[in-house]
Amino acid sequence: MTDIATGTTGAVAAPGDLRRHNGGGPRASTIVAFLLPFFLPFVLFYLVPIAYAVWQSLLVVRRTAGQYGTSYTAFGGVTQYAQVFQNGEFWASIGRIALFGIVQVPVMLFVALIMALLLDTPLLRLKAFFRVSAFMPYAVPGVIAAIMWSFLYSPQLSPVVDVLKGIGLHADFLGPGAVLWSAANVSTWLWTGYNMLIMFSALQSIPQELYEAATIDGASNWAIAWRIKVPIIAPSIILTTVFSIIGTLQLYAEPAVLRQISSNISSTFTPNMLAYAVASGNNYQQAAAISVVIAVITFVLSFGFMRLTAKRAGL
Amino acid sequence: MSTQTAIRESRVSRTAAMALMLVLAVYFLLPIYFLLVAATKPQGDLASTFGLAFSHFDLAKNLGTLFGRSDGVFGRWALNSVIYAVLGAAVGTLISALCGYALATFTFRGREFLFNVILGGVLVPTTALALPLFLLFSATGIVNTYLAVFLPSIVSPFGVYLARIFTVAAVPREIVESARLDGAGEFRTFFSVAFKLLTPSLVTIFLFQFVGIWNNFFLPMVMLQKESLFPITLGLYEWNGQTARVSLLQESVITGALVSIVPVIIVFVLLQRFWRTGLASGALK
Repeated sequence: MTDIATGTTGAVAAPGDLRRHNGGGPRASTIVAFLLPFFLPFVLFYLVPIAYAVWQSLLVVRRTAGQYGTSYTAFGGVTQYAQVFQNGEFWASIGRIALFGIVQVPVMLFVALIMALLLDTPLLRLKAFFRVSAFMPYAVPGVIAAIMWSFLYSPQLSPVVDVLKGIGLHADFLGPGAVLWSAANVSTWLWTGYNMLIMFSALQSIPQELYEAATIDGASNWAIAWRIKVPIIAPSIILTTVFSIIGTLQLYAEPAVLRQISSNISSTFTPNMLAYAVASGNNYQQAAAISVVIAVITFVLSFGFMRLTAKRAGL
Repeated sequence: MSTQTAIRESRVSRTAAMALMLVLAVYFLLPIYFLLVAATKPQGDLASTFGLAFSHFDLAKNLGTLFGRSDGVFGRWALNSVIYAVLGAAVGTLISALCGYALATFTFRGREFLFNVILGGVLVPTTALALPLFLLFSATGIVNTYLAVFLPSIVSPFGVYLARIFTVAAVPREIVESARLDGAGEFRTFFSVAFKLLTPSLVTIFLFQFVGIWNNFFLPMVMLQKESLFPITLGLYEWNGQTARVSLLQESVITGALVSIVPVIIVFVLLQRFWRTGLASGALK
């Protein structure tokens, strides 16, 4: 973001300006009073927990020798991390989430993009209805959405299963192969409209004159959409991708709810579920290490993706 | 291309576009419609009648059962959700606004550094914080109290980010300067001048944070064991886990889910324009 306050262009600022800046600005104590109400809880509930998790992840629990030895914590270096990387359940959960992300994120964002582009053309009527109906799921908490969909997946209650049975298809949404995609569907349902609205807002802020020349040259709606609009809103698409990657790695509520009705979701289905399960077993140091690894993967992937796309777009 | 084919083509693409959007609208509305129908049925009809058609209209009775169950614990959960989300978002918006305004208006050393730390905070998933927060809070005895959920919820780095952008866009420097020249203190300038100009933006920040807290599940799940402190999400999750043993709970889970989403959906639709501004600035800057 550009710094407007100090953005004095040209040569040297006039001495009068400088004096006014130093003399007329607020006192340091005033600035602190503005910042502290946010920064105090930010430090306590954001930064300290991160530091604490890192510290915990470097500890190990040992026992004193003998039959009645007591346990104590000691510095263990990277012992916890070595255990994370040797844990088959950890890799299995990463594998599931990777498969989930590679399929669900592009599908969701592609649908969102198509919807945003269509809403930005004169092709549609009922635009407000389409926009609102797509955005509505964002008002539904993930847990509630998963509960709603679990009724639509349930062999006893689901009208969808009934209809499919009517045309000779026996759908098993909760089977071992399908349940991951049933969870992916809940995420897609929840977030497509939100992502669509981010892209749509970006489209709306493009000045119309940009298309006029192309329209006069006889470019079709498709050509305008793919050659002009999509490149312009690329930053929004990148942003939604990064948010989706972060969201996928944090997946917890949806599979946790589906676990209540399907035996095909283990307690360690996603990395976050694994971290919670390990913490519930009172192995806090190992849980902290898993949390740190998830956070690092999240950072690397989202920054990596931003760098990669920024380079390719020549920014 | 002749004009006629162009017209025919546009009619084809019009129809195709409408058809696609209608299918998607059905997809988005189907679960909500199903919930609406299911909430009106007696428990016995859930499995025996077709899910998308009304049978006996028992909504009032279901609501009675829902709010009467376990000494009215559902009403308590609803109240808790409102406390966490409304109060949390209100306090959160105020502190975000103060901080974002200060970052936009005052020039001081370390300003950009602080802002970058906050931006980094936007990328930190709150679920990653829940477990370490639990350990810290259990050491201080805050675990299993309102504060355990409330305190972490008021912090929204994204809110500060929005507040800074909005201040730059909506509060002209000249107005701040002239208020200063009139002898108003910085806080007076903020509350009497900037606050009014920022009000629409503050609604946007409030909405984002409200939804974040309302939808939060992991934090309360980690922090709370006492049922009377649960928000709706956690309460319904617990009930949903018991339906295998207590099958009559199913109808209350369905009715409860409907009760919990309808007010929020209505507020959403009414306040749509505030989302648009927030999403646009979040994406463009």
